[in-house]
Parts: sequence; structure tokens; C-alpha cells
Amino acid sequence: MSTVLETRNLSKRFGGFFASSNVSLDIKQGARHALIGPNGAGKTTLINLLTGFLEPTSGEVFLKGDNVTRLSQHQRVKRGLVRTFQINRLFAEMTVLESVTLSVCERMGLGWKWWRPVGAHTAAIDEAAELLSTLRLLDVAHAPTRSLAYGRQRMIEIALALAAKPEVLLLDEPAAGVPTDESRGLFETIARLPREVTILLIEHDMDLVFRFAERISVLVGGALLTEDVPEVIARDPRVREVYLGTSLDD
Amino acid sequence: MSSNLAAPPATPANGFDPGPLRNAARWHRAEYAFWVLPVLAYFVFAENLSLLSQIAIAALFCLSLDLILGYAGIVSLGHAAFFGVGAYTAGLLAKHGWGDPLLGLGAAAAIAAATGFITSFLVLRGSDLTRLMVTLGVAVMFYEAANKLTAFTGGVDGLQGVEVKPIFGVFGFDLYGKTAYWYSLIVLFIMFCLARRLVHSPFGLSLRGIRQNLTRMPAIGAPVNGRLVAAYTIGAAYAGVAGALLTQTTQFVSLDVLSFSRSAELLLILVLGGTGRLYGALIGTMVFMTAHHFLSGINPQYWQFWLGAALVLVVLFARDGIMGMLQRLHAAGRKAP
Repeated sequence: MSTVLETRNLSKRFGGFFASSNVSLDIKQGARHALIGPNGAGKTTLINLLTGFLEPTSGEVFLKGDNVTRLSQHQRVKRGLVRTFQINRLFAEMTVLESVTLSVCERMGLGWKWWRPVGAHTAAIDEAAELLSTLRLLDVAHAPTRSLAYGRQRMIEIALALAAKPEVLLLDEPAAGVPTDESRGLFETIARLPREVTILLIEHDMDLVFRFAERISVLVGGALLTEDVPEVIARDPRVREVYLGTSLDD
Repeated sequence: MSSNLAAPPATPANGFDPGPLRNAARWHRAEYAFWVLPVLAYFVFAENLSLLSQIAIAALFCLSLDLILGYAGIVSLGHAAFFGVGAYTAGLLAKHGWGDPLLGLGAAAAIAAATGFITSFLVLRGSDLTRLMVTLGVAVMFYEAANKLTAFTGGVDGLQGVEVKPIFGVFGFDLYGKTAYWYSLIVLFIMFCLARRLVHSPFGLSLRGIRQNLTRMPAIGAPVNGRLVAAYTIGAAYAGVAGALLTQTTQFVSLDVLSFSRSAELLLILVLGGTGRLYGALIGTMVFMTAHHFLSGINPQYWQFWLGAALVLVVLFARDGIMGMLQRLHAAGRKAP
């Protein structure tokens, strides 16, 4: 399997504090890779560095072999690297269909078109509707985003990312704040994504992580502690110690 | 980019009606009715044509602020800078022998757009407060520059000797302001139709996206800065055309086209009417100018008292302005017929 996303000695310093320190990751094409670690381990910082939301203090990011360290966020999205946010970042006043259509339009390169109305770009609307159907959101397509329950808003967070047709999808705690019964459905949806989409997941719920991930990287204090298949990670005494003062068996 | 999701851009799922989004840009009956009003006004208020022209021009100016504030979310306290640039462009051209009105409008739009483009880079970064101060600062500089360059602009005495030629060489500007009114109204209508296309397009949708969630837009692949520069430039061009209209219909440029009070009043009118709705800008201007006319007739010194009161009430109790209230009334009426 070829590498699709790679970091080399990626570091981010805030004043005297290293939020990421010398992180070298290698994520294979089609991977189901999870990133775990205690609070403050720098998981979200790493996602921010990967996507260009933050600029690294040192180190590099490679996407499909190209150095993208200096590219802006939207340029990386155009190259197939797309993320979701830990805290919803949605278009509250738009309908669900409008907001997903917006994302589809941007991917199709229609964002500068100003003459024909959105409604005339039927291919974009149809694709957005198709995506909503896959995510079982079609029944609320014309409802304003802000009017939906949190669990469904969380699905829109993912829908916006999927509309960008990611090759690498970075999910930052997709089930955060979602009731347990709903988070199962959410993860089933994620699990059904085709293998062409490489997934890097941050998640707190160990149950979900161990069910979903095929490889796990453990971050502690901004640095990579270890990386392996779930069975090995689960037995690793260092991981148990630093990460799970609680327990992996919860 | 390869097609990852097994979803072909084919037919939407069974029973789903994408109609509300497909037809979102269609003209509503109320819109046709709205545009009959200024035509009726021509006959009903035939003695007040100059006021009506002022309303049309102010409405276009307000529309220009709505494009950048209501859609792109850029707050500005210095939008008069572009209005003034347009006004002086048209005035100087007409003074020096290029008095063709349409040429004046085109030149004003181009120069105001160029000014907007250059200054847009100052408002890309920073919070709303920063933007308020930067736009205010830029406008103050323009004002003082025009004030100082008396040989060029006439300074506080205003620009005299503006001679505007007949439109298409046929329709001269008459004493009663008939030509001025139709000219202003038709330009407003055309510019409105263009703005309406723009806000309903994918570009317009992306501006709404920027206003509603600035930080999400890059994450779905949108170049936010480019869009903001474009929106600001277009808004500036619109303001420039409004300024040129004022010059051409009054054959004079007063220094106060660049004044702070013009920018502040504009913001007030837009908030009163309702931001991000196009018609909010138009209705806000109509209500404001009419109220101004009557209230200042009743009490020339203190009429702004009522204006202040109206503004406070709108901001506290109807944040989406007059247009927002109308839309809510309409929605409520539909639910309980």
C-alpha cells in the first residue's frame, strides 16, 4: 500500500509549549487509522497542522508525495485533504440542502459563477441530494440547519466534508456530544465509506476506536508514543499507563 | 479528482423534491408589485420628483452596502468613500467636456471599483471593530484629500460647472426632474437585477457561507480572501454608480458626498431595512427618506430623535429589520390563514 499522507518531524510551538513535537506519521492509502491520546495530547493541533489551519513551527506535510506544507487550507482541500471539526462549523441560516450544495459547488469549481442561479446548476443540487440520501438526511433537506437536533447537525458536519469528495478524510471526534445510540449509526455511516477514502480519526470513545480502526497512533504530550494495530496497542503497558489511568476495557 | 463516493450525479432519490432550492431565484409576485410602486409614485408625487430621485439613488447606494455587509459580512463605516469617488469621477468628467451620462456612470464604476479593489486588502484581516476603524479611516482620508485639493475638487465650495449632456444625446435633464427620475430609477432597476442574479448564484451562496461561518469556508475548498476582495470591489463599483447618479442629476458635487455622516446614515438605513435581503436596502431607504422628509418638515431641528428611537427599537426587537418583520408576518399569515 502506498503512502497517501505523511508528516516529517512536524512540530508546533506556542511560546515555550510544544503542542506537537517531531511527529512523523505515515498513513497508507485506504487506511482506517485512529489517533488517540489523553486530553491535551495535541490531536486537534495535529489535524490543524495537516490541513493548514495552523502553520507548523518546523517539519513538513506530504500529500500523495507532494509537499503541501506551504499550501493554504482551500488548496489542500482541492487536492483531496478534507476535515471535519470537533465543534460543529455549519451554515446555521442555510437549509441543509443549500449548505451541502454550497460545498458541492465549491468542489465543482462553480464558486465564482455569478450569473446563473444556484437552482440552475442541477448537477450540483442532484449530487447534494444524493449525498443527503446516503446520510439519511433527505427528510430535513429544506429545514434550516439551526433547527435540527445536535446529532443530525453532526451528520451535516460530515456531509459538508464528504461533498468535497475527500481522498483523505480527517474526522475530529465526529461523535462528540452525540447520544450513544445515535453515534452507532454515525459510525456505521463512516464505516460504509468506500476504501478509496483514507480515514484518519480522532475519537475518545475507545469502543468505537477499536471497532473501527485498523491502525492506531498514540499521541502523548504532542509527541508520538507508538503506532500499531489495535490488538498490540490494547496490550501495550505504556499506553495503558499514560493514556488510560482509567482502563481500555471500559 | 477521482470519484470516491459511489454516488453518481444522477437522479435524486425517490419522492424528493428539490424544487424549493431549484426555484429559489424566481421572481415572487410581491416583487413585481414592489416595482410598480416607483412607477406609480411618478404620477402621484409629480411635484416631488427630486425627492424620489434622491430615494432611488440612496437605495442604490444602500444596495451596495448590503452586498458587502449583508452578504459578505464586511462591516463598513466608510462606504461613502466609494460614493464620493464615483461622484467626483462623473463630476470631473462632465466639467471637462465628457458629459455623456453613461460614460460618466461607467467611468465612476471603474474608478470606484479600482479604489475598492486596492482598499479591500486592508479589510480582509481583523475583527469587525478593526474593519469599522479601517473603513472609517480610509473614508476620512478621502474626505480630507478632496477638501485639500481645492483646485481639483472645489473643496468645501463643491465642484461647480458640471454639465451633463442628454442621455443617448436625446433625453436632456429637465427642470422638473422627470428625466433625472426615470434615469435614476432605470439604473437602480438594472443594477438591482444584476445584484439579484449575483446573490442567487453559487458566488452569492459562497458569500453567505462566508458571512455565516468564515472558518468553515476554506475547509470546503473556498478561497475566502478572493471572494471577499471580489465582493468588496463589486460593492464599491455599485456605490460609485450611485455617487455618479447624484452628480449627474444635481449637476453639482458637494464635499459631503464623502462625509462620515453619509457612511453612518447608510449603515443605519440598511440595519433599519434589514441586511442580507436586497429589498431590505430598498425598503429601508424608502422608509428612511420618507420619514426624513415628513419629520424634518414637522420639526426641522429634532427629527433625528425619532430616527434614533426607531433604530434602537429595531436593533433590540427586530434584528432583521423591516424586511425581516415583513417576512415573519408573511410566514405567520401562511400558518394561520
